[in-house]
Amino acid sequence: MTELALRLRKSGHLPVVAAAGCTVLLLLVGSLYSRNFLSADYLLLQLQIASFLGVVATGAMIVILLGGIDLSVPWLVTVGGVMSAAAAGWWGATGAAIAIPFGIACGALFGFVNGVGVAYLRVPSMIFTLGINAVAQGLIVVQTGGFAPQDRSTPTMHLIATGRSLLGIPNALLVWAVIGAATMFMLHRTVLGRAIYAVGNRERAAYLSGVDTRRVTLLCFVIAGACSAAAGVLLTGYSTKAYQAMGDAYLLPAIAAVVLGGTNILGGRGSYLGTVVGVILITLLQSILSVMQIPEMGRQVIYGVVIITMLLVYGRGRRHAD
Amino acid sequence: MNAEWRYHLSEHKGAYAAAAMFVLVFALYIGKHQTGWTVPVLTTAANKGVLLAIVAMAQTLPVLTAGIDLSVGMVFVLANCLASHLVVGSALQAGFGVVVVLAVGALCGLINGLIIVVGRLQPIITTLATGTVYFGLALGLRPVPGGDVHAGLADALTGALPGVGIPAMLIVLLAVVVVVWLPYRRSALGRAALAIGSSEPAAYMSGVAIGKTKIVTYTLAGLLAAIGGVLLTFVTYSGEASSAIGGVYTLNSIAAVVIGGTSLAGGAGSAIGSVFGAMLLRTIGDLLFVFDMEPLWQPLFQGVILLTAVSLGALQLLKVSNRLDLFR
Amino acid sequence: MQPILELIDVSKRYGGVRALERARFACAPGRIHALLGENGAGKSTLIKMMAGVVQPDEGRIVLEGRERRFVHPQEAVGAGIACIFQELSLMPDLSVADNICITNPPRRFGLVDRAAQRRIAEAALKRAGAEDIHPLAPVGSLSLSRRQMVEIAKALAREPKILILDEATSALTAADVQRVFTLLKRLRDEGLAIVYISHRMNEIAELADDCSVFRNGRHVATFAAGTHSDAQTVEMMIGRDIEHAFPPKPAAQEASAAAAPALDVRGLSWNGRLHDIDLDVRPGEIVGLGGLDGQGQREFFLALFGVLRGVQGEVRLDGKPVQVRSPRAAKRREIGIALVPEDRKTDGLMLPMSVRDNLGFAALERMSRAGVIDGDAEAKAVDAMIAKLSIKAPDPADAVGTLSGGNQQKVVIAKWLMNAPRVILLSDPTRGIDVGTKQEIYVLLRKLADDGAAVLLYSTDYAELIGCCDRVAVFFDGRIVRWLAGDALTEHALVSSALNLGNGEARAA
Repeated sequence: MTELALRLRKSGHLPVVAAAGCTVLLLLVGSLYSRNFLSADYLLLQLQIASFLGVVATGAMIVILLGGIDLSVPWLVTVGGVMSAAAAGWWGATGAAIAIPFGIACGALFGFVNGVGVAYLRVPSMIFTLGINAVAQGLIVVQTGGFAPQDRSTPTMHLIATGRSLLGIPNALLVWAVIGAATMFMLHRTVLGRAIYAVGNRERAAYLSGVDTRRVTLLCFVIAGACSAAAGVLLTGYSTKAYQAMGDAYLLPAIAAVVLGGTNILGGRGSYLGTVVGVILITLLQSILSVMQIPEMGRQVIYGVVIITMLLVYGRGRRHAD
Repeated sequence: MNAEWRYHLSEHKGAYAAAAMFVLVFALYIGKHQTGWTVPVLTTAANKGVLLAIVAMAQTLPVLTAGIDLSVGMVFVLANCLASHLVVGSALQAGFGVVVVLAVGALCGLINGLIIVVGRLQPIITTLATGTVYFGLALGLRPVPGGDVHAGLADALTGALPGVGIPAMLIVLLAVVVVVWLPYRRSALGRAALAIGSSEPAAYMSGVAIGKTKIVTYTLAGLLAAIGGVLLTFVTYSGEASSAIGGVYTLNSIAAVVIGGTSLAGGAGSAIGSVFGAMLLRTIGDLLFVFDMEPLWQPLFQGVILLTAVSLGALQLLKVSNRLDLFR
Repeated sequence: MQPILELIDVSKRYGGVRALERARFACAPGRIHALLGENGAGKSTLIKMMAGVVQPDEGRIVLEGRERRFVHPQEAVGAGIACIFQELSLMPDLSVADNICITNPPRRFGLVDRAAQRRIAEAALKRAGAEDIHPLAPVGSLSLSRRQMVEIAKALAREPKILILDEATSALTAADVQRVFTLLKRLRDEGLAIVYISHRMNEIAELADDCSVFRNGRHVATFAAGTHSDAQTVEMMIGRDIEHAFPPKPAAQEASAAAAPALDVRGLSWNGRLHDIDLDVRPGEIVGLGGLDGQGQREFFLALFGVLRGVQGEVRLDGKPVQVRSPRAAKRREIGIALVPEDRKTDGLMLPMSVRDNLGFAALERMSRAGVIDGDAEAKAVDAMIAKLSIKAPDPADAVGTLSGGNQQKVVIAKWLMNAPRVILLSDPTRGIDVGTKQEIYVLLRKLADDGAAVLLYSTDYAELIGCCDRVAVFFDGRIVRWLAGDALTEHALVSSALNLGNGEARAA
């Protein structure tokens, strides 16, 4: 625990505390509008919804820590959802059993290609993941258009996404918790985690210290791809159907959640706890905006303004003269 | 004289390569096209290509400073929606409307620049957030697609010049390049932008006005995106707040910039390369259509081609014998 | 002589570190004023204040009798102060002419006048003695020595009244150094005030009219050159008498001469930059690499460390041939090679990460099982290293960027020592480090050699090579042209071997 506290302090507790503070503020503002906002039911529901974004944000954060960015999130989410549903349709009972790992594996495969392009071909991550996003879209279009696979989720997927099997806690939240715990452990207690921060800080120095920086980068993109796909699987389970463009709504919020949680967009600094708070914050923000029945226009504007304002409070860079 | 040409070529080799590729692909397109080299075909191609070309020019400016503008697509859409309200009525009113829309675009860029410089936030997250705001505003202006535009102006600009048969849009593009890009590139400010992208600490120590340069750069980017938006209104005769269009234009502008030979790390490159990169992207899409590729397969092929195009730079890696050069 | 620029009682604090404490400085026109002091003494901060890069927390700056504040480097430039920094202020993607005229380019109709700019650049290059540099060449394509000349030309193009040089000759070839000296003397005679920082006492002796010594951020003394001996000056710089800068070398032992070399390199070549290098290091030996900067010494280290592709030749460790494919392979127990790079800030450390994290880096695998780090083992090993090397770090959890240069370098060395390497390659390890820490490092190197490691030291400091190394291999143009040892190892011999072929111009220029 002391390690965690130390890390919190070093990675800058200010963003995490500030984000947590804003979250509380949001809850209070929401409660002014409707008393339901502070009810346990509603909060649990919010956490359940937040889990989907949380899984995506986990992968996004790892890539951002490396100093890169993964713009292939939208269609890798779709890949996860579509392929897992399709597996159930293609291979009957076996298919239903392996649907979830299959969907995630497909995402991991795309992540692998991302990793090769960024780590070995040295193409900037922004543009390469953009290209992969387009290719993933192309493949899904061909697949769904040409082969019309099943798009319904398996009962297991539905159970994980919507069920509450343990003490009334949403299963999706449990999934996020497990993934999150594993990620925190990886980042703070393993050689890989240390290497990720090093590469994000300065790849040259990490390389000269004997880190296989290219392999680390590859691994991170694989994880990110798997996370995006996992979120897609969850989403498909939640809505019982996989559909194209499932992932479009997740890219910006994921990046925003990571940055609002105090992770430096240039890499090398950030704590997972911050990302967790950032995800909850974004989810609550989106919920409040929809509960208040503000028209879409207002929502977009407020969304953007809140992100900028919060970053101005604690995400500012240093002056040249320092 | 020899040395001058050598240096010029080496400095602009990305742009020349993109131009050459574009000419090749476009020739292929025209060759395969049923009607071929006729005014209507050229005009349609120009109308679509110039829109992306101008947004790509807008994207080039921040990229040269080692920044990025993820809001260009949304400013583009915002300008489109605003123009569908304002660029109507008499010629004078329409003209005034255009000026207002361009001013709004510049204002959006200015806000981006101020947040980045004064707020000291990173461009990527700043423009991601402001893009949402600009899109929200566009949505407020046009919750549903609609609106109108000055017919005379629209027809003139989407058509071709009488007699010569040159698409009017190309003239507009040329005008934008000559009036906005070339003066910017040759001015001290444009050079300062390249300096900042090449090495910001060195630029600071050399006394370059970093803040002012960045603010102007983002403002111009907003202005150019707005020009694109106005032209879009002329092409579609309406305004539509579509986040899909905004997103596609933003991302394609980045692809066009990279294909046009400008590095995302900044410091070197040219908007003219981005123009050819944009035209190339557009033509490839049309090429697939003209080769009767099944519509189902087109998105995949476009994606693969985009990926290949941006990965071409990796071929240089084969020459690298000091692995330390690979890393920043 | 009336001073043209005075800094009076200036102070500057960075966090808890006092860079300058009520410091005083004055320079007069027509004189070369040398600034002396170890690193951390405040010289760089003082110069940055003069150049407008940082602002003093307290104190006044008086230029030509008027009090000034330079909030931005541009203002200092406009006031006639030109500064040539250690970290060059050149933009690699821009051409030489663009760089020289970056601050206030000549304009025509609001746009940059390229023809006029080129004329200015050519004139400035000529004045600096570097006419062979083409104004349109991108700066990134030039060698370090040429870039330094462009930096000097850039400063001269501003027609300054005050010229400041911060270790400006460290990257120059010997010929360029001579050109710069002639230039500086000429500029002084023309009436410029010149401020010169250098660690090389022979340069100070040749150039300086006045000297100022700083220590721990405070001004110690100002005197005319020649009025104090080198030893007295160094004593002022470090505040104590240093009798022996270098630990004693063991006498050449015949027994160890017969022992198998710890490191044996035969016929190593690479990419036209390294040719047929034969080198051996016996256990307990410190072998130095000499020669001018840029003759392949750095590349040789990179080749041994596995960074270069396409290396030919044979490398043997304790008699066994090895193939080093990457730094990751190099640090494995079976091979055990460590490299301390010359640029610690970009290549040796991750500055924002903690001292602890940086220290543990190379040896993480040894302190972990199945990829999971053993926190206790790591903490113990780190603390032991900090104590062993006397690293002054108030809290190992602090960012390593807050440490002084000398302590940062110790962290880099300690990081590798945690791996117990068999071969240690050090590339200019004491560059930019205070005299006290330098001595500590020399003692450490000798101890490492005595414990059986093969130590290779590349240094541009002749005194260091002579004082530390048992044998020195002098490089020229990617080859070893001479071996010097024992009595033959003198500064004269080093200099003349370094200038091989008699034309005095290094190919790397």
